[in-house]
Amino acid sequence: MAKITAGIATSHVPLIGVGIDQGKQNEPYFQPIFAGYEWTKEWVSRPDNKPDVVVLVYNDHASAFGQEIIPTFAIGCAEEFQSADEGWGPRPVPTIKNHPDLAWHVAESLILDEFDMTIINEMTVDHGLTVPLSAIFGQPSEWPVLIIPIMINVVTYPIPSGDRCFRLGQAIKRAIERFPEDLNVQVWGTGGMSHQLQGPRAGLINQAWDQKFLDDLTENPDRLRQIPHIEYLRETGSEGIELVMWLVMLGALTNPKELHRHYHVPASNTALGHIVLENEK
Amino acid sequence: MSESIHNYKAAFDDIPGTLVFTADKARQGYWLNQFCMSLMKPENREKWLADEKAYLTAWNMTEDQKSALLDRDYNRLLELGGNIYYLAKVFSTDGLSFVQAVSTMTGMSVEDYQAMMAAGGRSPNGVRSIKDGN
Repeated sequence: MAKITAGIATSHVPLIGVGIDQGKQNEPYFQPIFAGYEWTKEWVSRPDNKPDVVVLVYNDHASAFGQEIIPTFAIGCAEEFQSADEGWGPRPVPTIKNHPDLAWHVAESLILDEFDMTIINEMTVDHGLTVPLSAIFGQPSEWPVLIIPIMINVVTYPIPSGDRCFRLGQAIKRAIERFPEDLNVQVWGTGGMSHQLQGPRAGLINQAWDQKFLDDLTENPDRLRQIPHIEYLRETGSEGIELVMWLVMLGALTNPKELHRHYHVPASNTALGHIVLENEK
Repeated sequence: MSESIHNYKAAFDDIPGTLVFTADKARQGYWLNQFCMSLMKPENREKWLADEKAYLTAWNMTEDQKSALLDRDYNRLLELGGNIYYLAKVFSTDGLSFVQAVSTMTGMSVEDYQAMMAAGGRSPNGVRSIKDGN
């Protein structure tokens, strides 16, 4: 049977992709950004830890979708996806290959479980999905894992509540555990941490709030589930709301244990956060 | 009992220096944002840069939206229904990074803005709530 073994969360700041694509990892600005991923790269390369499939939770940033269609929860079910041209040409990354049998199984299971997913058979994927892969797997000629994209609207309000995202994660876990193939599956939550990209308050960073959020992924998940949108907006800036996507990962885990944490300010306008959580065996 | 959408949205108006992209804003800025999406195509970026005013004639936007675009007045564009991820297509076409473009909304020079970020970013203290002044 398929089993969720770990959750990984990371910011998906476009600048991380720029640093990798342009070979700037060792420049002084980038060095502390990338240093915190070294532990994860080594850990994930060990045979017991390397997933067969990653369920990657992210948001589209007006790349694949404009205002014409705004799915709250969507799942990519196609065989493969290409990197989006976000205005300066597509990132030079390998094709994203899906596990379509598992993706369709998860889509069907979620809908039966009362999560009314939008099924996407054709789309490009932007930095929200490709930057986490690059941060953790570097620049391989092919991605070493299959990837199921789960896309969440965190741009046009109302967006789904943190608790709804957590419960989506729980339903993803139920779906995966009912898939007959023996697969090591990880669930990744991406985006965040505190940042605001707009208006006179732009540049807001709240390190204390972010660190408490990282603590409570293992110490007090129930508190995180109940954080209302207004608190994210006030405390973490208008784009810190992306952290609700980490709660999908959290919902898919049982009694997670923290293995590794990385936190650095700044990456562009953003507080970069990254954590590796081991699932209960 | 579900939360009232009116109370949910009203709370957003209490955050200093921040416009939340609600459905109301999305309706107001629909064509502005869709115009931004058109700049995802290289041939459209060329046309836009060659003659911005002519390019805008094909779009069903208000004169305010058009003049704010020509002025690259991003705070005004947010007020008129623009969203930052859409507006990013405009400043990317201009060759600006997020940091460069975002700093123009803060009243700070890009150097001062970068120095603030390097020093840990803008503190939330004093900019959480207009009502509470914290």
